[in-house]
Amino acid sequence: MRVVLALFLLLAALPLRAEEVIVGLSQNRVSLTVNFEGSEILIFGAVRREMALPEDSALDVIVAIEGPPQQATIWRKARRAGIWVNTEGQEVRAAPSFYAVATTGPLSEILSADADLTHRISTRLAIFEARSGVDRTDPAAFTEALIRIREAEGLYQQRESTVDLQRDTLFSTRLTLPKTIVEGSYAARIFLLRDGDVIDEFETFIDVRKAVLERWLTNLAYDQPFLYGLLALFLAVFFGWGASALFRFLRS
Amino acid sequence: MQIYLPIAETSVNAFTLLGVGGGVGVLSGMFGVGGGFLITPLLFFIGVPPAVAVATGVNQVVASSISGVLAHLKRKTVDLRMGTVLLIGGLIGSLVGIWFFNLMSRLGQIDLIVQLSYVIFLGIIGALMLQESLRALLRSKNPNAARRKLHTHIWVHNLPMKMKFRTSGLYISVFPPLLVGVGVGILAAIMGVGGGFVLVPAMIYLLGMPTKVVIGTSLFQVTFVAAFTTMMHAVTNQSVDVMLAIFLILGGVIGAQVGTRIGLKLPAEQLRILLALLVLAVCAKIAFDLLWTPSEFYSISVKGRF
Repeated sequence: MRVVLALFLLLAALPLRAEEVIVGLSQNRVSLTVNFEGSEILIFGAVRREMALPEDSALDVIVAIEGPPQQATIWRKARRAGIWVNTEGQEVRAAPSFYAVATTGPLSEILSADADLTHRISTRLAIFEARSGVDRTDPAAFTEALIRIREAEGLYQQRESTVDLQRDTLFSTRLTLPKTIVEGSYAARIFLLRDGDVIDEFETFIDVRKAVLERWLTNLAYDQPFLYGLLALFLAVFFGWGASALFRFLRS
Repeated sequence: MQIYLPIAETSVNAFTLLGVGGGVGVLSGMFGVGGGFLITPLLFFIGVPPAVAVATGVNQVVASSISGVLAHLKRKTVDLRMGTVLLIGGLIGSLVGIWFFNLMSRLGQIDLIVQLSYVIFLGIIGALMLQESLRALLRSKNPNAARRKLHTHIWVHNLPMKMKFRTSGLYISVFPPLLVGVGVGILAAIMGVGGGFVLVPAMIYLLGMPTKVVIGTSLFQVTFVAAFTTMMHAVTNQSVDVMLAIFLILGGVIGAQVGTRIGLKLPAEQLRILLALLVLAVCAKIAFDLLWTPSEFYSISVKGRF
């Protein structure tokens, strides 16, 4: 009897979960070419619904794009003998190199603290602080500084109410990848929310790669540094000597 | 037009880069200076990470001095023996400098070290240049002023292990040139410069070399030390950006040709005052950044990036 009741309740609850998000991206490859100046990505999608539109709660959408994580040190300056010097450093185990959140409304209103903890949506939760060296009085100040600096550089973006949701079904938003982004796989997560809870989630990836020549130079620099150094010297000698030889030839 | 720099992992304006290379090239053509001491700080100002600016700056020095050293070798105005001693010192100095550079990078202090070195050295050479050119200006008005003695023997020349440098007509201890070389090598590795601005006065006033071989010999040492330092930066911290280097070099070689023409037509000795003031202005800008209370007290250094 109890099992039947549980099954019945589950079935009754199912329609609530029966909203599904379908997502498309304007591009899932970004190429860092010679003249790369940043890139704009359009994220659009629809909500598939196998039930009547609930009228007691509002539907919200959050789009989060996360670049490859990096280990970093955050330094704080203090005045020593008249000049400003890095005096204190705080390690960060992993911080996304890029993090952008776009929403249909104010993040604090549409996302509950529990759901944020589970899905790590807000910028603050996307950063993993190192547990060592927390003897400092204000470890949070370092993480806040990291967010502040990267927001100023456009690497972290919190764009509330920039997702355009039409008739609770179609949504779209644009996000800008600045020119300083690093290579790697960028995870794009799209959340569907009701009453502060995530009811559906979709994940896809954007591949950010250096173009052929840039890729080749970077690989050479890191895998064959000696050859790369020789290449750098060859180019310097070739252009330095070649240009002056050319000018001598032109003059005579 | 933006240019993506694969090692610095950012993009900068191509015309700004050509302008920096070309502007410094004009100055180097006019005054016969290498210009590395201006290129590297100008790269900081346009947003190139200091480590990349230093390593790429030293690569650019190779390009700007190679044709000079070939011309001097052809004219036989290079004291090869002295050049070799200075070069051995330079390679040792470069190794020390690279070790120190990488140590300071790990400690998060490299930006400070590079900036401080620039403030000190630009301050000194700017002031000396200004003093020298003002004096030259006065001397040209008063031709009877006392002149410097051609060759003086000072105590450093009498250290042990004396060596004969026939081309320079010197018989002195190998230690002074060796130590001068070491100093120049350290500067090359930390500041991304050729070091001619230290080497040339040291050769004239400290070693007492005849001026006819000073330029050729210093170019000989600078070219090889810069080449070695480029290799060391490329191998130990992968901070040489060839894309950046090509733009600086192209701007530089064209600028140098223009500068040489200008130098022949204009009174270079008087314009030298302007160069001195420019050097002092760059020095003041860097000093200001160190002394002024910053708007942001925090900075980020990412592991494996610059």
